[in-house]
Amino acid sequence: MNILSYLIRGLATGGQFALVAIGYTMVYGILKLINFAHGELFMVSGILMIYIVADFPMLPIWLAIFLMVVLTVFIGFLIEKFAYSPLRSAPRMSVMISAIGVSYLLQNLVSYVTGGLSKQFPDIPVIGESIRIFGVKDKLTVFLSPVIALVLMVILVWIINHTKFGMSMRAVSKDFETSQLMGIKINRVISITFAIGAFLAATGSILYFAKNTGINHLSGANPGLKAFIAAVVGGIGSVPGAVVGALIIGVVESLAKAFGLADFSDVISFALLIIILVVKPTGIFGEKTTEKV
Amino acid sequence: MWNQNKRTICNLLLVAALILTLVLIELLAPSTSMWFSVLRKVCTFALAAVSMNLLNGFTGLFSLGQAGFMLLGAYTYAILTIPVDMRSNVFRNYGDSLIRFQMPLVPALLLAGLIAAFFAFLIGLPVLRLKSDYLAIATLGFAEIVRGLVQLQNFGPVTNGPDPINMFTAPKNILVYAAISGISILIIVLIINSTYGRAFKAIRDDEIAAEAMGINLAHHKRLSFIISSFFCGIAGAMMAMCNTSVSSVSFTSAMTYQILLVVVIGGIGSISGSIIAAFIFYASSEWWLKFLDLETYTDAGAKIPLLGPGFRMVVFSILIMIIVLFFRQGIMGTREISVYDGILRIKNLFMKKSVKGGVKDE
Repeated sequence: MNILSYLIRGLATGGQFALVAIGYTMVYGILKLINFAHGELFMVSGILMIYIVADFPMLPIWLAIFLMVVLTVFIGFLIEKFAYSPLRSAPRMSVMISAIGVSYLLQNLVSYVTGGLSKQFPDIPVIGESIRIFGVKDKLTVFLSPVIALVLMVILVWIINHTKFGMSMRAVSKDFETSQLMGIKINRVISITFAIGAFLAATGSILYFAKNTGINHLSGANPGLKAFIAAVVGGIGSVPGAVVGALIIGVVESLAKAFGLADFSDVISFALLIIILVVKPTGIFGEKTTEKV
Repeated sequence: MWNQNKRTICNLLLVAALILTLVLIELLAPSTSMWFSVLRKVCTFALAAVSMNLLNGFTGLFSLGQAGFMLLGAYTYAILTIPVDMRSNVFRNYGDSLIRFQMPLVPALLLAGLIAAFFAFLIGLPVLRLKSDYLAIATLGFAEIVRGLVQLQNFGPVTNGPDPINMFTAPKNILVYAAISGISILIIVLIINSTYGRAFKAIRDDEIAAEAMGINLAHHKRLSFIISSFFCGIAGAMMAMCNTSVSSVSFTSAMTYQILLVVVIGGIGSISGSIIAAFIFYASSEWWLKFLDLETYTDAGAKIPLLGPGFRMVVFSILIMIIVLFFRQGIMGTREISVYDGILRIKNLFMKKSVKGGVKDE
């Protein structure tokens, strides 16, 4: 493999992480909550895909994907309703602990259902096929991931900046009470934010697991953590930041592998996280905040 | 003042009763009893939870680096206490161990704590300037870095690379665990009740106000971080003893979350709460709820639905969610257990009159 193919693989992983990272960053932007359960949601959507394809073999694949995305969005919505919305007025730490509890619950639930075994992700036609671009031969999902991530990012940024709903999202992220006074239904805005995050995680999981085939109950932890680092590196709260951060993380890890530092790749991304936090805690695209007494 | 003395005496009696129970269990329980493995684990995680509580509950620094410090402690302890003639066997993939001596248990434990504390000092220099969530993330990242580094082949002669370390001194007697854990927790309690402890609480309640009152924020935060990590290192060493084998794969962030859940269930800011919660958490997850994992049949031969491997953890995590959502204060809130206050409360209940100042939150 030459350096170009490593670069493309890195961008691919980056694109997949980006889709998860947007979910982290949006939830943090609005609720100031590190949604630790997001990585698990990513894993659950992969597992759902496996079970849907296995249980309904006559279903065309596009319908199976659609069903999986709908279910994932629904689960994301349920998590918010049951685990986070009752704690709206609680200290931030309680909500974060609730998120940890949810991720624990999802892991154990999946482990119970699958018996703790690794499951094979179904072959997805088209994106699972190998093609050759720029002399690099790889699965289509590898070339497609960064493109899809960028397109979805552009759409999302447009929604946030140019639609009425986007405006209400920005308002809620600035100030809960004032936006409520302005007639914004904050619970609806938060629910939709979680739904968007879940939708992106589901999209990411198809792209991600189409090349990394085996999934078990722990498969979400590492991508979740990486995506989260990406969101912090890019500046948590900023959607383009999350995508840029994820692409950086993806490329850095892939290059580490290219230079024979595969064991070291996790260490490098976490070191990058700490350096960014210490030098510029708000990340590349983050806004500076000042604390009032 | 007299009441305070009575309180202390009552609490000492409680501790004495606890010790007596442990001695009785050690002497009388059959050697196959679940009590042993559960109590060893409880002692270990009670200390881990109390040390996390010192940082998160009493100083208000939300750190998620516990697994990293426990790993450092566990590795230090394990590496130092392997008998000399066993070393070449344990480190067979890397020629031989770089360290050629064996330490007794207590110095090795202290060193385990000190190594963890030293790394806490180093990482604390840049990281402690960060606020709430950012601190949590940075410490989480630190723990993952430590875990990644320990596995590297280059460190093989010291850490045995990705291979587990075993054959080190691992006492079986639960009284040893109780003693280590008990003494450590006692020291933490003394620290919390000292002027330092009051400064920590002031920082937790309001950083800016604390600074205005003349508390050196950076100094006290660093101190709390280092002390907490020291005891985390000791808890890590105890975990190594419990498992009789150390491997970096067991020190994941999931373990930190588990300790955090113990702290939350016990009540953030309550030492006795953490201890009780550690007992309930590990006794129920490893013992009392074990029957949920077995496929059980009724007398008629029908299979009881749902029961099966893994169901225990599902039930357990649902219970945790219920506590997190509906009993946010945990078992103890920020209170501490007090036998004397308990007696007073019962007395009041019977005499049907309220005595003011009898039960006070401190």
